[in-house]
Amino acid sequence: MRPFFQGQTALWMEQHATRALPPCLRVKRLGLAYHSRPVLADISLDILPQRITAIVGPSGTGKTSFLTCLNRLTDLIAGATVTGQIYLGELEIFSPAMDLLALRRRIGMIFQKPTPFPFSIKRNLEVPLREHGLRDRRRIEQVMQEALEQVGLWEEVKDRLHQSALSLSGGQQQRLCMARAIMLAPEVLLLDEPCSALDPLSSSVVEDLITRLRDRFSIVMVTHNLAQARRVADTVALFWPVNGVGRLIEQSATEQFFEDPQHEITRAYVRGYKG
Amino acid sequence: MQDIHGKSRARLEETLAALGAWIAAILVLGVFGWILGDLLWHGWPSLSWEFVFDAPRDAGRAGGIGPILVSTALLLGICLAVALPIGFGAALCLAELAARAAWPTRLIRRSLDILAGMPSILFGLFGNAVFCVILGFGFSLLSGGLTLACMVLPLVIRSADEALRSVPAQYRLSAAALGLSRGATLWHLIVPAALPGVLVGFTLAVGRALAETAALIFTSGYVDRLPHSLLDSGRALSVHIFDLAMNVPGGDAHAYASALVLVTMLLAINLVASRLGSRWSLCRMSSI
Ligand SMILES: Nc1ncnc2c1ncn2[C@@H]1O[C@H](COP(=O)(O)OP(=O)(O)OP(=O)(O)O)[C@@H](O)[C@H]1O
Ligand SMILES: [Mg+2]
Repeated sequence: MRPFFQGQTALWMEQHATRALPPCLRVKRLGLAYHSRPVLADISLDILPQRITAIVGPSGTGKTSFLTCLNRLTDLIAGATVTGQIYLGELEIFSPAMDLLALRRRIGMIFQKPTPFPFSIKRNLEVPLREHGLRDRRRIEQVMQEALEQVGLWEEVKDRLHQSALSLSGGQQQRLCMARAIMLAPEVLLLDEPCSALDPLSSSVVEDLITRLRDRFSIVMVTHNLAQARRVADTVALFWPVNGVGRLIEQSATEQFFEDPQHEITRAYVRGYKG
Repeated sequence: MQDIHGKSRARLEETLAALGAWIAAILVLGVFGWILGDLLWHGWPSLSWEFVFDAPRDAGRAGGIGPILVSTALLLGICLAVALPIGFGAALCLAELAARAAWPTRLIRRSLDILAGMPSILFGLFGNAVFCVILGFGFSLLSGGLTLACMVLPLVIRSADEALRSVPAQYRLSAAALGLSRGATLWHLIVPAALPGVLVGFTLAVGRALAETAALIFTSGYVDRLPHSLLDSGRALSVHIFDLAMNVPGGDAHAYASALVLVTMLLAINLVASRLGSRWSLCRMSSI
């Protein structure tokens, strides 16, 4: 087991320094079907470390589904079948030998709707830490506080850690979920429209948070907000339905994606956004 | 114009619906109150501590229901000790199986529903054949309790299953996304969230077991003495009421008093279960 919890910050800096630049997630010809109805086909793309990759595209093109392939949440979805390969470093994610709990700890996920458990704020963070083998009470409190500080929630909740997490506002809940994910020190964070259920103010708070997290994680973010993609992303990937099946049309650096798109569809899509 | 008409129409419909709900509520409460009042009216005069603790005399016309309460408690204890763990375990398996094998689960659920709706006398005959005769327990509290367990098992499984299934699927997904194991997800999240519903099912099961008569006549028997072991025959309270009302001329007053005791027990169990339900889930949810 990786020593996540000892001197987290030090570990991050170390990782930061030594992290090799080759992509940390490589997706090869990924396909996905629900009950034999194809939803995604032939998706190949690389996720770079310490970069934000935005995924955009119309509704129903399988962007959320794509994220669930990356941490194999598809295993839990009845009728979902995947084809192709995804490599996390050297590991093949879909191989039967893959340790799912370890995989999901290395690849964290935030859902579109905030998903705190119906526990107290503290227990929301405590349960995953304990389940991942951290027993020491003082360490738990420390990691918890660190994570809450990183998402800027500590000052807001430090006096009410024992209250139900459901009593938090939507934006606070989403940040709690982010704290819950990043305290496990994942390498990749999957964000599914993390701001879409939030009001503009909380939305900008979460967006700031995401940019601050860039240095430490590889972030894959689905968004419908092209302005946001342009503000925060390093690369942008466009998913588009071709005969009802989601395909990757173009993946390029943000600058190029918006100013000089290579593909006809991207050009039209971006032009729509520019008005 | 049309809008106004639409609005008043909607308001009328709303009023009618509310009226219907009130009438239904009053009917239900009225019937319940009537039964309770009738029981109190006829039963209260014979009710006393002696009645609760004494042994019956003169076929139940005199004396009390002490040994019968003991038998009833033992029957219920055996029934719950068997049915609750098995039932809850089966419900957990069913809920976990559901994602991977859709049609077998559906088949199992359908069969359980049919079993839950079976007349209890069939369970009585089944229990008599299996526990009394084949396993050789004879007419005994053990046979009766096990028969009751078989009878309430479908109910326990299905109600726990429904409660587990009504936990939002998103909980499972977000727990899995955090790398929580299946067991941890069940223990920390799914079971506490389902607990109030599970307890409601358990209470229903207790109620059914307490009220059961037909299945017990064939399995635990009639004997109204104090049982000395689980292999002794014993008389359940509901059987006692049935006997007093149908077979013992002049037993009406004590039948009413016994029924009053039975209803009081049922109400008390309901109350305790609902309290426990909310308390437990709150505890499990708020701290480790
Ligand atoms: N669990 C599921 N079972 C069956 N079909 C599903 C399931 N989840 C999604 N789908 C289908 O897969 C397609 C892609 O859905 P998905 O949620 O991935 O799209 P999306 O790009 O995230 O859309 P949005 O932008 O609206 O969130 C849709 O047609 C949807 O109906
Ligand atoms: Mg989506």
